[in-house]
Amino acid sequence: MTYEDVLTRYAPVIGLETHVELGTVSKMFCGCSTAFGAEPNTQVCPVCLGLPGSLPVANEKAIESTIRIGLALNCTIAEWCRFARKNYFYPDMPKNYQISQYDEPLCVNGYLDVEVNGESYRVGIERVHLEEDTGKNTHVGRSGRIHGADYSLVDYNRAGIPLVEIVTKPVTGTGALAPEVARTYVTELRDILRTLDVSDVRMEQGSLRCDVNTSLHPLGTTEWGTRTETKNVNSLRSVERAVRSEMLRQAEILDGGGKITQETRHFIETTGDTRSGRSKEEATDYRYFPEPDLVPLAPDPAWVVQLRATLPELPAVRRARTRETLGISAEDMRQMANAGVVDLVGATVEAGAPVGEARNWWLGYLAQKANERETDAADLRITPAQVARIVSLVGDGTLSVALGRQVVDAVLDTGADVDAVVAERGLQVVSDTDVLAKAADEAIAANPDVAEKVRGGKVNAVGPLIGAVRKATGGQADAATVRAILLEKLGSQ
Amino acid sequence: MSTDLTRSTATELAGLIAGGEVSAVEVAQAHLDRISEVDDRLHAFLVVDADGALRAAKAVDARRAAGEALGPLAGVPLAMKDIVVTEGLPTTAGSKILEGWVPPYDATISRRIKDAGIVMLGKTNLDEFAMGSSTENSAFGPTHNPWDLARVPGGSGGGSAAAIAGYEAPLAIGTDTGGSIRQPAAVTGTVGAKPTYGGVSRYGLIALASSLDQAGPCARTVLDAALLHEVIAGHDPCDSTSIAAPVPPVVAAARDGARGDLTGVRVGVVRELGGAGYQSGVLAAFQDAVETLRKLGADVVEVSCPHFDYALAAYYLILPSECSSNLARYDAVRYGLRVGDDGVRPLEEVMSLTREAGFGPEVKRRVMIGTYALSAGYYDAYYGQAQKVRTLISRDFAAAFEQADVLVSPATPFVAFGIGERVADPMAMYVNDLCTLPASLAGTPAISVPCGLSDGLPVGLQIMAPALGDDRCYRVAAGYESAVERIVPPAEVLA
Repeated sequence: MTYEDVLTRYAPVIGLETHVELGTVSKMFCGCSTAFGAEPNTQVCPVCLGLPGSLPVANEKAIESTIRIGLALNCTIAEWCRFARKNYFYPDMPKNYQISQYDEPLCVNGYLDVEVNGESYRVGIERVHLEEDTGKNTHVGRSGRIHGADYSLVDYNRAGIPLVEIVTKPVTGTGALAPEVARTYVTELRDILRTLDVSDVRMEQGSLRCDVNTSLHPLGTTEWGTRTETKNVNSLRSVERAVRSEMLRQAEILDGGGKITQETRHFIETTGDTRSGRSKEEATDYRYFPEPDLVPLAPDPAWVVQLRATLPELPAVRRARTRETLGISAEDMRQMANAGVVDLVGATVEAGAPVGEARNWWLGYLAQKANERETDAADLRITPAQVARIVSLVGDGTLSVALGRQVVDAVLDTGADVDAVVAERGLQVVSDTDVLAKAADEAIAANPDVAEKVRGGKVNAVGPLIGAVRKATGGQADAATVRAILLEKLGSQ
Repeated sequence: MSTDLTRSTATELAGLIAGGEVSAVEVAQAHLDRISEVDDRLHAFLVVDADGALRAAKAVDARRAAGEALGPLAGVPLAMKDIVVTEGLPTTAGSKILEGWVPPYDATISRRIKDAGIVMLGKTNLDEFAMGSSTENSAFGPTHNPWDLARVPGGSGGGSAAAIAGYEAPLAIGTDTGGSIRQPAAVTGTVGAKPTYGGVSRYGLIALASSLDQAGPCARTVLDAALLHEVIAGHDPCDSTSIAAPVPPVVAAARDGARGDLTGVRVGVVRELGGAGYQSGVLAAFQDAVETLRKLGADVVEVSCPHFDYALAAYYLILPSECSSNLARYDAVRYGLRVGDDGVRPLEEVMSLTREAGFGPEVKRRVMIGTYALSAGYYDAYYGQAQKVRTLISRDFAAAFEQADVLVSPATPFVAFGIGERVADPMAMYVNDLCTLPASLAGTPAISVPCGLSDGLPVGLQIMAPALGDDRCYRVAAGYESAVERIVPPAEVLA
């Protein structure tokens, strides 16, 4: 079955639950550091280890960040709400309950508009709430999973890091574009979070995690199908792939007369498929109740007003401004938006590059590199300022386009400074005519037959000689310059 | 000399130490000697920290010798209920599941007590995780009542109450969730106060029911209790439910009350806390106490709090619900007991075996009840409904405090019962807390002060006040105390 087949018979409904680790200095309910990458269990205390007698105290900065996220997503901020305990046993959870929010979230009922192929889709936001992260289990043994592990290790450094959960309302009417809408939503959300400076939103480090809900119902019917929840979706590209593969899987089952099981599924990065996790039917009863160790949360309305007033310019507004100030065509804008490079182009222009050059680099070679590396352009290890520098070096002839690309590759691999790469690797265009003339003489001497043909008027036969000169100069000679020198020497000009 | 020191009040001992008449070390040693002498019969202590106590006492003596100012209770010994976390000293909560766990940190009140120069003698016995009214639910055996060794000292803080009544310590810390300070105080003839909820930090108090738990002082006199209250009370940034308000002036109130004049104080007798089901001797002693208050100048009125009748039902839904969650962390993964970990059994089985072996029957009963009460589909009917009852009880209090400055009742429906007498019948055990539960549910302060005997056993008078009105409890309690003869256990019991 092809993806197109699915759409001839079914309509998808998607929903996304996104978890964002906030970039606060300290954890949600204690003073421990949140820095990533420390030795296991070195950023812990009685509170985040859940030792007997310890008590949580809410992190005000985390509450502020959550409210700002809610405001950026057009939510209503609750005047009074509570934390709740979500009870279940798991060794990565020190108290065997997670302090979360249940029926009284901090932010509710917002939306985020996203644009795919020039069409705007409004994704409703059900809720934005605050909770604590769990520790991290490492299962040691053949399977790498809890079943069949020889033993498991738990690192509680992550336990208690503030986590914001953003839940969309069901998104309908996207048809074939469901995977793209899902991806664009997460991309847009990530850009907003980055703009708000509330998280480093690194999907590969788990500071932005996404669960994707997908269901299908036959075209022409109104009752939604049974949904599955796909976890372990760790990149923007995976969001799109997960929706697509789940639509295909469900359509095959439905076509065969089968029923979709409501369950959690895991996305497999290598194959792009999903596999069954635990079934929702045997899901735990979380026995939520209001957290008695914490007082209710009642943000001062004046504070909320102030937070709203001090929100930064959000990405959509910034993009519109970029488009206007740079004079980019609608078609270019759409291409740039689809490639996720609008802000990157804008920043590259701000760093001094001409619009056209910036656009060409980001939509061309850099987009290609992002694709090869299965990452997003924004996550490439190169900054708009570095791209602008390369544009400038190509512009003044220091680098050829081909050499510029080599510099890009080096920067992506090493993260080094552009000028340092150029200097270290001797990548400047060789424009010293003495050097080129000497190389040309050598090439002519080494290829007497070819030289004879060119002398005889077959100008187009000069190719192998150009190749030899460029080879001799490490590929750093400009082809046109070399050609001119050779033809002059062979008297064919 | 030793015997005299153990008979002294905390106030007297602090005066003797401050005046240089005895050293803190002598005082500590006298109490350690008394513990050695009688605790094999009382079993009030789970751990005696003689070295730590003498070290702390020496430090007080050194500070005094250096001319430093000492706090009002410096050098006075104290018994700590073993549900309060103490750095470096085992803390069990009376449960096998925590056996061997040595806390790496101090509870806020442990820290405040140490900083005040109070000498901690050791940790006292309690019902497992403070679940019980007799201390018989301790995993380490029952504590005996110094008035009659065949009887219980109440619970859950029976160890702290017995240590005080038995002259092993002049001060103790208790924790009160539904009456665990006041009920043991009543049945051992001692003073015990439950502060306003949030008045004393819960940080480092092993949680039973978070919305109810409150630590408080136990002593032989009202003034001693007030002095300890002021040491442990006050806002703590580590406890979000701790109140950021000035500590009620309980010491001044106790001194004021001790002058024996309660003129103009409106005392409300709660109609619903008495009558059928109460021992006649208890009711008689209570009536005498009310008469005494009247003689001291109080205006006595009767008040009605109709929803108090539902306090027991509401309490036994809220408490198990919260404790089922609070006790989930005892799972063999990070600390405490681990049973059945043979490298083959899966995690869930090790957790189950550990909890099966580590928890006693009453803990299991309440965890099961609470797990059920919080289940999807039952929440509204049980936990939700109980919270509504709780609100109604608070309203009853509010209405009653329109008519009265303090409310009074017996602290318990009956005097100390025999060890083993009620263990088979949970309901017979639960009704011990009938009088103390309303103030627990409302988060309001209450104190129990000895008010005579019934068949030779102590009866407690409970005095309740509005939130943050702890000083009213102390004033009336001290007034009453000044007007009656102090009751002491028969000397022959621990002879």
